[in-house]
Amino acid sequence: MKPAPFTYHDPTTADEAVALLASHEDAKILAGGQSLMPMLNMRFVVPDHVIDLNRIDGIAGIRDAGDRIEIGAMTRQRDLMRDPVIAAKAPVIAEALNWVGHFQTRNRGTIGGSLCHLDPAAELPCLMALYDAELKVQGPDGGRTIPFAEWPLAYMLPSIGPDELLTGIEVPHWGGNHGYGFVEFARRHGDFAIVAVAALLGVEGGKITRAAIAIGGADTRPIRLTEAEDALVGAAPDADAFAAAAEIARGIDAMSDAYVSTAYRQRLAATLVARALTAAADNLKGSA
Amino acid sequence: MVVRYLGAEVQRMEDPRLITGNGRYVDDIKLDGMLHAAFLRSPHAHAKIRSIDTSRAAALEGVHWVFTHADLGPKYAHRMNQLYPAPVIEQNKTQYPLAKDEVCYVGEALAVVVADSRAIAEDAVALIDVDYETLPAVVDIMTALEDGAPLAHADTTSNLMGRMRSQFGDIEDAFAKADHVFSASFMQHRGGCHSMETRGCIGRDDPWGDGLTLWTSAQSPYLIRRALSRWLDEPEERIRVVAPDVGGGFGPKAGFYPEEIVIPLLARFMERPVKWIEDRREHFMSTTTQRDQHWALEVACTNEGKILGLRGKVTHENGAFVPYGILLPNSSLTPLPGAYSIAAIDVGVDIVFTNTVPNSPVRGAGRPCGIYAVERMVQVVSRNLGIDPATVRRRNYVRPEQMPYETGATLRGGAKCVYDSGDYEALLDKALELADYDGFAARQAAARAEGRYLGIGVSSCIEDTGMGPYEGTTVRVEASGKVAVRTGAASQGQGHHTMIAMIVAENLGVAPEDILFESADTSKFPHGVGTIGSRVAANVGPSAFDAATKVREKALKLAAEVLEASEADLDIEDGVVRVNGAPDVSITLGELAVQLSPASAMRVPAGFDPLLEATSYDGSSGSPIACGSNVAEVEVDIGTGEVRVLRYSVAHDCGVMINPKVVHGQIVGGVVHGIGNALFERMIYDNQGQPLTTNYGEYLLPLASEMPRVDVTHMETPSPLNSLGVKGAGEGGTIPAAAAIVAAIENALAEFDVEIDYYPVDPQMLTELIDAGAAEAAE
Amino acid sequence: MADTREITVTVNGESRTATAETRTSLGDFLRQTLGLTGTHMGCEHGVCGACTVLVDGEAARSCLMLAVQADGREITTVEGLADDDGALSPLQEAFWKHHGLQCGFCTPGMLTSLTAYLRDNPDPSERDVREAISGNICRCTGYQGIVDAALDAAKTMREG
Repeated sequence: MKPAPFTYHDPTTADEAVALLASHEDAKILAGGQSLMPMLNMRFVVPDHVIDLNRIDGIAGIRDAGDRIEIGAMTRQRDLMRDPVIAAKAPVIAEALNWVGHFQTRNRGTIGGSLCHLDPAAELPCLMALYDAELKVQGPDGGRTIPFAEWPLAYMLPSIGPDELLTGIEVPHWGGNHGYGFVEFARRHGDFAIVAVAALLGVEGGKITRAAIAIGGADTRPIRLTEAEDALVGAAPDADAFAAAAEIARGIDAMSDAYVSTAYRQRLAATLVARALTAAADNLKGSA
Repeated sequence: MVVRYLGAEVQRMEDPRLITGNGRYVDDIKLDGMLHAAFLRSPHAHAKIRSIDTSRAAALEGVHWVFTHADLGPKYAHRMNQLYPAPVIEQNKTQYPLAKDEVCYVGEALAVVVADSRAIAEDAVALIDVDYETLPAVVDIMTALEDGAPLAHADTTSNLMGRMRSQFGDIEDAFAKADHVFSASFMQHRGGCHSMETRGCIGRDDPWGDGLTLWTSAQSPYLIRRALSRWLDEPEERIRVVAPDVGGGFGPKAGFYPEEIVIPLLARFMERPVKWIEDRREHFMSTTTQRDQHWALEVACTNEGKILGLRGKVTHENGAFVPYGILLPNSSLTPLPGAYSIAAIDVGVDIVFTNTVPNSPVRGAGRPCGIYAVERMVQVVSRNLGIDPATVRRRNYVRPEQMPYETGATLRGGAKCVYDSGDYEALLDKALELADYDGFAARQAAARAEGRYLGIGVSSCIEDTGMGPYEGTTVRVEASGKVAVRTGAASQGQGHHTMIAMIVAENLGVAPEDILFESADTSKFPHGVGTIGSRVAANVGPSAFDAATKVREKALKLAAEVLEASEADLDIEDGVVRVNGAPDVSITLGELAVQLSPASAMRVPAGFDPLLEATSYDGSSGSPIACGSNVAEVEVDIGTGEVRVLRYSVAHDCGVMINPKVVHGQIVGGVVHGIGNALFERMIYDNQGQPLTTNYGEYLLPLASEMPRVDVTHMETPSPLNSLGVKGAGEGGTIPAAAAIVAAIENALAEFDVEIDYYPVDPQMLTELIDAGAAEAAE
Repeated sequence: MADTREITVTVNGESRTATAETRTSLGDFLRQTLGLTGTHMGCEHGVCGACTVLVDGEAARSCLMLAVQADGREITTVEGLADDDGALSPLQEAFWKHHGLQCGFCTPGMLTSLTAYLRDNPDPSERDVREAISGNICRCTGYQGIVDAALDAAKTMREG
């Protein structure tokens, strides 16, 4: 399983990378390689050009920008897991990364690569949906910002132009008293999720003030369960409220494929929404 | 003072090389001038080949040649031979090494490129143009024999490969006098090989020198040599087959593949060595697997659960071709009646062609299937009569005083199946104790109170091991005092080197480190059989023992003369023969060897044959029957359907254990493979025969994170059938595992009345059964 | 004309310069160009872990890296785990002692992965170790000997 031949480029600046994208029609971007290399090896993709981002400075790293966390697209998943800003301000991301592949793949895999590959069963897109993250993209005519809700265009296809490069992600993290939960069902440790649920719950005076529930793996894009989120606001964070949210989750549109049925994904979504919300509530009790 | 190695947990002699990256697997071998091959494989499960145009491929820079069936020439235009002929085979379909005008499974090779590198060869494969006429494919064994089913082979009128039957006792009588008759039907689906090293081989042809050499990652070099010799119509003597370090075999590497004809032919045509290494996608598509087998059985029993008879029908998937004859369906039937004395059995098998990769034994071969079937019926009896499953087993086991017990079944080769030794009830007791079976009810209740569902399942098995005829060994002391030990036995990780070195060291009186071990090379030892069916220890153990003993006797006889002592006063330790009580009076084995291999004009001592060596083909006089009981404890998450194996206990008897650590490794590895079969390993095909699980994201092998520790306890009931009392151990962990796991899941979900009729069991299937059971209970 | 680059890689402490086709994986480069066949290619799609090497000390699948990406980097393979004078590492010794290998094909990837893991996690539980090696498939051992070896090596290294 060897790749077909290609011309290899390793630019050292984002501008150079963008220029290469603009001048080469049939090019693939190589970030962490954990998704692209298998596809190259199996000849599922046969690009004329491969543009390697690993030598570019300035598009990796995590920065505390007050009410947002700025993450460079080439930040390794391992670094996200270990980062103190993430741990303090968006710990659900670090929690979820325990489920992303294996430590060997996290050493190389990047957040940008995962978001651009957009596998329905990947965890990082689900988290970006949870936070309504904003994706920074650079093209030949300059930069633009894409809210995550507009990022997935179709199955494994983000709404990024062929000559554009994802350079960073901004995560508007939650302040205040809130709990988080991340629950995934996969057949084995490190496998892609069959269904994963990430939840954030803001609670004040014994009532839910804010809720976010993102479901991954069920459909081609992460689903924000807005109907359930709205219903939770004002309710007490108890089993009944979570059961009601779970029932809403049971009604989502879910994919069917050779391995897993729609009905099973829906059933899982219901089970996992209840568990993620419960984890978030427990998590909250634990915090000061 | 004799050093005792047998029974000791000697650290393996294979390991220092392997843990430092100095293994020598077939892809590590580099020969001068070597070229690389890649195959074009059919993307269709069934199609006629109208034409193949290789011109674009041949024109690519770096490509030396492209071959199709036609390009091999008239001398090499015939199909592969049936290596395991049997009268039962009604349609003996074997492959052409490169498909001629029809392809019958996705992955069947129809062309091959030889190039400077594998990458270039793959580039060229993509440039081969084939005009296919697709044909309907048959994939479902349950409808393959119906009128109007697609035919796996266009030139046939039926998908029936053959029929077999295991029949003994008076089945009519058994069912007539039974208090109860219960029935069950279920599908067993076992999965593929997935040794971590794929297949691969290197061919080299040196007609004026060494002849044809094939290095191949294989379990049966002698089978391959014979098969190649027959197919080429050339003497075995001019064909050398070597299995170097082999990264796992598990059954699918025990056969003879089309590539093992094509690659040597390419080497001959190109007059250069040619290497082909199977990539993992090829492994999914073209290495033999074990797929579907459907059982529909009835069991006749008394009110007490004593089983009087078993009858029914099996539908067995053959795949597209018959490389393994009827080995697999046969080994599915011979384990019946399992560990039990069942007076009458009448089970027939329909062996059915499908347009999938040919089926072959995979760890356990058909034994896991036959044992699963028996154990399922024991569960059925237990559940329907409300008798504890362990108790039902006790009422049915073959008892020690019945040994040797003739079951009524017939083994391959025509011998009667006879259980030689073993105490099955004692093994059950040990397994139950190890599993704290008595304490389970309390554990289950406590968990249930927390909303958790625990279950426990038991299974028992027997395993016919040590299949003949032999696996010979030569032991020869050479002038340096080192001991050359040669055998045909091929190793894929079972530790044969260590095992044989231990036996020879102990019996000859040398240090294991002084043994120069060579195996699995047809030029180094005249004839061997293969590493299959847990047969090696029970054959090569006795032959190594016998050869070492004969060398020892010869050495002592000569030493007695040289040292002017009586043989009874001599001992050998660390390669030195000494007189007891007079340790200065000694001679080394090396010196004795020199005396027996004198120089020109000297003489071999009178009364002695030259050389201090012996060859033995001693083995087992019959099939030593290993046995065991397993207990699995699981937890089912009814929210997701996930099954976690919490605890797994094995009580196993493989007779005398040569190296307990190695045996333990075989058991644990076998159990994990069996758990993989029970819960994870599913090969999905669409209805046109297209495989849908062709990478390790889609096809699930068991990983460390989901596997339990396996607790093992042993009994050692020696086998009376060979000099060492050993029985095979390679597959005994796998054989009963699925039955224990499935029984445990049903136990956990008893309140939902879950009955499982398919494995591998997956979470989605369980949630459907749970929800159906809950709905019914609500009505 | 093939797209090639000359690269310099430090492998097991030794600087090696060679020409690599840009599509060649790091694993194939190590095995075929540098002749270091200890690293094994089991699946070429990043799941089995047999090809794991250390890149600047971090475990990575060499089937999912291009050789040219290793230019200027330090690679450790299984051949580099023992001392210069051949003394086995505590982990290698433990694999030998605990029967942590049978066919040996997955072993190089297990050893490199665990070498990195235990360096960063010197006191793991059995659960931790099982998760740590969940990115390495073994078809022979059932993992128990490997887990026992890792725990024993960790203990030895903590005490030594």
